[in-house]
Amino acid sequence: MSTHVFKPDLPPPTLSVGVVGWLRANLFSNWFNTLLTALALYLIWVTVPPLIQWAFLDATWSGSTRSDCAPGGACWVFIQNRFAQFMYGFYPQGLRWRVDLTVILAVAGAAPLFVKAMPRKLVYGLAYLLVYPWLAFWLLHGGPGLEVVPTSQWGGLMLTLVIAVVGIAGAMPLGVLLALGRRSDMPAIRVICVTFIEFWRGVPLITVLFMSSVMLPLFLPEQITIDKLLRALIAVILFEAAYIAEVVRGGLQAIPKGQYEAAGALGLGYWRMMGLVILPQALKLVIPGIVNTFIALFKDTSLVIIIGLFDLFNSIHQATVDPAWLGFAIEGYVFAALVYWIFCFGMSRYSMRLERRLHTGHKR
Amino acid sequence: MTENALKHTLGDKMMIELSGVNKWYGEFHVLKDINLSVRQGERIVLCGPSGSGKSTTIRCINRLEEHQQGRIVVDGVELTSDLKHIEAIRREVGMVFQHFNLFPHLTVLQNCTLAPMWVRNMPKKEADEVAMHYLNRVRIPEQANKYPGQLSGGQQQRVAIARALCMKPKIMLFDEPTSALDPEMVKEVLDTMIQLAESGMTMLCVTHEMGFARTVADRVIFMDKGEIIEQAPPEAFFSNPQNERTKTFLGQILNH
Repeated sequence: MSTHVFKPDLPPPTLSVGVVGWLRANLFSNWFNTLLTALALYLIWVTVPPLIQWAFLDATWSGSTRSDCAPGGACWVFIQNRFAQFMYGFYPQGLRWRVDLTVILAVAGAAPLFVKAMPRKLVYGLAYLLVYPWLAFWLLHGGPGLEVVPTSQWGGLMLTLVIAVVGIAGAMPLGVLLALGRRSDMPAIRVICVTFIEFWRGVPLITVLFMSSVMLPLFLPEQITIDKLLRALIAVILFEAAYIAEVVRGGLQAIPKGQYEAAGALGLGYWRMMGLVILPQALKLVIPGIVNTFIALFKDTSLVIIIGLFDLFNSIHQATVDPAWLGFAIEGYVFAALVYWIFCFGMSRYSMRLERRLHTGHKR
Repeated sequence: MTENALKHTLGDKMMIELSGVNKWYGEFHVLKDINLSVRQGERIVLCGPSGSGKSTTIRCINRLEEHQQGRIVVDGVELTSDLKHIEAIRREVGMVFQHFNLFPHLTVLQNCTLAPMWVRNMPKKEADEVAMHYLNRVRIPEQANKYPGQLSGGQQQRVAIARALCMKPKIMLFDEPTSALDPEMVKEVLDTMIQLAESGMTMLCVTHEMGFARTVADRVIFMDKGEIIEQAPPEAFFSNPQNERTKTFLGQILNH
């Protein structure tokens, strides 16, 4: 009897690996790609150096009024000068430490959740979710022991973050419930959820905000007034929940029937089946879609201008029309774009990290 | 192993009773007047061509499928649309699927401890011990902290068996447990099932593994077009089938 001798593994040909291999495969694989590469290099040459010249080399970085600005380059003095307003809006100067503390507590409180070895993560996370919102509200708005700052004085990045975070935190659970409801066996629940989702997806957010601030007071008795920001928050939550619901439903549909059957056969009831088996998988699948919705929500917060709230974008816009700084709109908008980009890019990177960490090999 | 080496005496208690069970998928009559009693410790193999209703029959026993006529009584509890009854029965009936259906987001150990912890309210430590006991029995304790996606098909199916056993069920249902496996892995799963049979478990297996039926089954049931055509102990079933349809079927699956 003879034994088969297996051939040894050989390294791949040199031209297909390393820098040369990458260049050949991606930039110069044929004449058309080579042409595109050349064109792209030309475009970079035309646009990037002038931008650097304007934003950094010719820019003015220090000063206090517009007379300090050198002509030709960007004048970042404008941003420096108005920075506090962009961050806090009209929040009273002496109380701005409360906003800072709220942010610090949010970061410090959430930090342990990102430590891998942390025991009892779930319990801690739930406790955090229960305690922090009240603490944040108390710090930002005031109440027992703290001077009250009405929401009409909130503004800038702080307001943007409040709307975005509350919107996300509220829309996520509501959206998941709506998605489950839409797939429910009970016709009444299904009809309610479908109606809700289709209604909110069918109207533009700007209309919803406008209705909440102009129409709602007409229907309510005169003595009842609901805070303007609160109305905007509720509008954003309901609106975004409808979108989240559809994203999550997509994930639920991708879970094989066998998973429901296996969970059911083990005796898990509906809520345990959903909470322990189906949703963890479905939500993992739709992380890209959920983050997409959140990023859109973050940027949509600037629509609150329609009801006279001054979020980051509107604060900047307001400053550019101030006679003392007329003509510096470009700097303002570039700064606005940069701040939005930092937050959105951060969300995007975090979601990619999360996807990688939750990846547990092949399906089934 | 010689034929019927596992011959044993059965308990008197009826674990499963199906009487006059009928089921339709829309207009299609899938189960026609099924009558079947299974005693404690009895091992039954269901076979038949695809679409004959054998999987549907065992899936009715834990209500993965709903029957429309007739009575199904499992361990003294009648299956109705009452959720309490369904969940009570599902706690006592373990099931192993053709495609394993392990939970891919949980480790092997977590797959095994999930139901004991959340359905039987077992403390985590105890659930871990029970899980390791059964993972030992299916001979893959070393894979406990891997994810199902990292295991071979045969290993996954053995984990699925351990997962079902962790609920300490009184009855085990097997729905073509080896049909989705590579030929090299069929034996390891069958060995696990034989071992389980030796422990006295009441088992209903839908399978085409006739060798398994010969060694393990107390009774082989042949189904076609939603009806039970013939049932007999394996030696009589294989050597002297009474029905023409059974003969044709056996001729097709045994002679190749």
